[in-house]
Amino acid sequence: MTIHALFSTLSQSLWVWLATDVLLWLLFVLFLFSVVVIVRSPLQRAVWQKVFRQRLAVVSTVLLAIAACFALLDSIHLREPLPRLTPEASVRYSVEVNSVLDLILTDLRKNHEKTYSAPLAVNLAALEPVTVSMPDGAVEVRREAPRLKVAGSIFPPGPVNDTTYWLDVLQRVSFGALGGALLFALLWLGCLMARRVLTSNPQSNRVAWRWVGLTLGVVFITGGVFTGLSTNFHVFGTDKVGQDVLYQVLKSLRTALVIGLVPTLVTLPLGIALGLSAGYFRGKVDDVIQYIYTTVSAVPGVLLIAASVLSIQVMIDNHPEWFATAVERGDIRLLALCIILGMTSWTGIARLLRGEALKMREYDYVQAARAFGVGAGQILLRHVLPNVFPIILITLVMEFSSLVLAEAVLSYIGIGVDPTMFSFGLMINNARMELSRDPVVWWSLTAAFLFMVILVLAANLLADAVRDALDPRSEGQS
Amino acid sequence: MSKPLLQVRNLSLGFARRDEVSESPRIVDALSAISFQLHAGETLALLGESGCGKSLTALALMRLLPQQARFQSGHVLLESSESGVRSEDLLRVSEDRMRQIRGRRMAMIFQEPATSLNPVMRIGEQINEVLRLHRGLTTAAGDAEVLALLDQVGLPDPARAAAAYPFELSGGMKQRAMIAMALAGDPDILLADEPTTALDVTLQAQILDLIRDLQQQRQMGVLLITHDLAVVSARADRVAVMYAGQIVESGPVAQVLNQPSHPYTRALLASLPEKAIPGKALTQLAGRVPPLGSWPMTCRFEPRCAIREPHCLEESPPWVFLPGAETPHEQHHALCWRVGDDSTAPVDAGEPLSASTQSTGSPPVLQVVDLSVRYESASKGLLYRLRQLWHRAEALPSSPVVDAISFDLRPGETLAIVGESGCGKTTTARAILRLIESESGQVILDGKEIVGRGIRPAKGWRRDVQMVFQDPFASLDPRQRIRQILSEGPRALGLSATDYDNNALIRLLDRVGLPPEALNRFPHEFSGGQRQRIAIARALAVSPKVLICDEPTSALDVSVQAQILNLLQKLQAETGIAYLFITHNFGVVRYLADRVLVMQSGRVVEAGNTEQLLKNPQHAYTRALLASVPVLS
Repeated sequence: MTIHALFSTLSQSLWVWLATDVLLWLLFVLFLFSVVVIVRSPLQRAVWQKVFRQRLAVVSTVLLAIAACFALLDSIHLREPLPRLTPEASVRYSVEVNSVLDLILTDLRKNHEKTYSAPLAVNLAALEPVTVSMPDGAVEVRREAPRLKVAGSIFPPGPVNDTTYWLDVLQRVSFGALGGALLFALLWLGCLMARRVLTSNPQSNRVAWRWVGLTLGVVFITGGVFTGLSTNFHVFGTDKVGQDVLYQVLKSLRTALVIGLVPTLVTLPLGIALGLSAGYFRGKVDDVIQYIYTTVSAVPGVLLIAASVLSIQVMIDNHPEWFATAVERGDIRLLALCIILGMTSWTGIARLLRGEALKMREYDYVQAARAFGVGAGQILLRHVLPNVFPIILITLVMEFSSLVLAEAVLSYIGIGVDPTMFSFGLMINNARMELSRDPVVWWSLTAAFLFMVILVLAANLLADAVRDALDPRSEGQS
Repeated sequence: MSKPLLQVRNLSLGFARRDEVSESPRIVDALSAISFQLHAGETLALLGESGCGKSLTALALMRLLPQQARFQSGHVLLESSESGVRSEDLLRVSEDRMRQIRGRRMAMIFQEPATSLNPVMRIGEQINEVLRLHRGLTTAAGDAEVLALLDQVGLPDPARAAAAYPFELSGGMKQRAMIAMALAGDPDILLADEPTTALDVTLQAQILDLIRDLQQQRQMGVLLITHDLAVVSARADRVAVMYAGQIVESGPVAQVLNQPSHPYTRALLASLPEKAIPGKALTQLAGRVPPLGSWPMTCRFEPRCAIREPHCLEESPPWVFLPGAETPHEQHHALCWRVGDDSTAPVDAGEPLSASTQSTGSPPVLQVVDLSVRYESASKGLLYRLRQLWHRAEALPSSPVVDAISFDLRPGETLAIVGESGCGKTTTARAILRLIESESGQVILDGKEIVGRGIRPAKGWRRDVQMVFQDPFASLDPRQRIRQILSEGPRALGLSATDYDNNALIRLLDRVGLPPEALNRFPHEFSGGQRQRIAIARALAVSPKVLICDEPTSALDVSVQAQILNLLQKLQAETGIAYLFITHNFGVVRYLADRVLVMQSGRVVEAGNTEQLLKNPQHAYTRALLASVPVLS
């Protein structure tokens, strides 16, 4: 879809704000806000400079940022206007809810095949009876893999010559790579200018900037190759209903990020409030809170999640009138899953913060504040919370990867996200059947696995880097 | 004289650092040309303030350095235990060989006994491990040896101590066990890194005596690292004074202390409260040891030196030998251009203090009557609370931490509370501030009762009593700017906004001797002494009538201690504030306090006028305390 067409669609469509869209954008705004806070505080800035002095941290951050870009683009939903039947009829909107990412990827989304096809294939991965008329006039029915509808459509019908095929692939790869590199070079120039203007000292954080550049370069060139190949092939093949796997994987990024981030909106308030007050006030408050979280963490998480998700599913099914579209229905289930995941995972952070608050309430600066008669709420807010902030941050990033993995497990056993959505867990779940087929359909699983590993690994590496930077013992090493 | 056991020649060491701006690695000097010798049966003291490289020197000898340290040059020659075999250069032997030397030839005692023993191993097992490793004893033979060693270090019941875990022993016993472990390899050299800094005075004397006795029995060479001049004077044979990674003066203890030749040694000696002339401010050494990486090129002491001359900036100072040494071993030398230039000697004589504002006739500002504090037992789980609901919980007996103490404090007066750790000094202070609940008794502040049965003092009483804490690194919130730290008190107590606006805070900083730029900085940008000034300013922000100082100088170096004590004196003369001064340092008591209260396990055992009490102590405990204080000869 051209950029012009995209914008004209955007201006005419009905915007749909799903609950998780709002939350994801809210988190994004919060993130921007904390970036501003960090940049303004010299202490925080020094810490983060230390984080980004580590190469892996820079690479991970760039990868996570790219994933976040996809997720955010995928979080602006709209309903396209239907063509008017008569000029004076009021505008009606399609029931299909698409995101901006869907519109950008229209080609990938709409180019369906009949069923499975391998990556970069021009033939289906399934045999079909084909009627072949022999030169002698006889008609024979053979079982063979027919040509794909979309992929390789520029080749003439019939078996594709190996040389033409590889020449075409090579051509698209090189054009794509070249395009990606060109785009990257333009961006790089722009960045250089921006850096000259923004930073007074062009020497500062040179290593970090170089690695941002290298990572972006690799990502852009890979993206270019994918785009180039997508003009004639399915890069990661297609699934059972013939949908492009690359499209599914890109859509799954949003689900993974929602699952990884939105539960923290539940865990943080609960964990921080309960953990800090248990540790700071001790006594009866501590007894009650400890009782609650030991009980919650004693209930098997999967059981609780299964029960909650199934009952919510029943509620959704009983009230079809609540939802205008299927996407909204799936979204509510996703939100419910996030809330439940949050409710079951706040105990870890609460326990950690309780210990910290217990230790910190004896610190001299807290005692000094108490000697001034500063109230407990103020002490917690001004002295304790800022000092446990690094711990909260590290726990959050660690939690992110475990939540993404939890989604995969939950979807695998069928209590995860709605089957109409895209998620790594669902893809892996489907792969259970595909792996027992002959020929083996390995590409769906591989693509999901690859993307998920990159996402989770980047988050883990970033968590490690943050922990190292916040750990005073690593002073002077690098 | 026999050959020295250990010869350190020109040992230089640096830290690899990454440059903040260009990110390029560079080496920052940490030790420069350290040279000394250690003979059998001799104690060499390494003396200096924190950050001078004393501990680093010891770690370098053991090759137990942090990752980023790099040897640059020098030799550490360890005399072989067998005659006729050449000495080894410890900087050049293999790591395997070094492992054999550590513990066997050279052993180390650390400052903090609590963290240098493995908490999950019995004492006996830990010592036995050393015996097996270095002396090849079997477990059975080792067990007997362990008991002999523990007996040697004066533990009353060696068998019980061997079977105990570290947490079952007191601090002094742990340090004894640590020494037994160091002796297990039968080392020739003992490196003692501030072995008594974490201990009370009475224990300090015992441990130092023990080290000396063992040294004489075994003819060990002891390298004693300390910052305490009195310890040096009492226990060492020779002393090497370190400043900013260099040895600046060394020689026999008596000569160095009686005839200090380097201006740094002189200033250190002069800043001791013991040396103060009553009624005069302490002689203070301005500034602090410069941080690693910003040491001056020529003489490192030049910026703080009172007798510096233009020449000091141009050329590095030479080693000047003082006359009078009979053997090279007893040579007294100093690293300074102006050695022997005694005419300008006195650093800057302490200025006279303004007359004491103490008014004996006025009513006390703080009265403490029969105050008792008892900690609740820790075993108060949910079950206990449930039982409490039915009033069936048995009373948990525990002895009081503070047991019915009474005293009063008049405006402008300084009352010192002395005693060993755990005697309830700090608990008393916290009970007065109502940071912990007291069991019984009364505290009357400025005529109003603030602690007592059923008393809820009127809002704003906290204005009149404030506290300065021991550790300036722990008492300031690391994430707040100085502006926020200073304004927290007036804001919380609802004082008028003019009491904590910009001008008021700048005036406050000026009173404690800090520049106005400090307002927008964070605590980590300041040195220990500066932080303690900030902590004092924080307390002064609400203009209290009573200031409780909980060992405000014990975490600071001697020269910084003098600065803080002078500041406290000055503030008292200006405002007539009363100090309740908690300390274990008798030098500080003698210098600062008008009256003294001696506490032992929660009780006041003796109280009285400072001069009388120190000259003529009545109670046996006071006498014991005073006797164990090492005195500068």
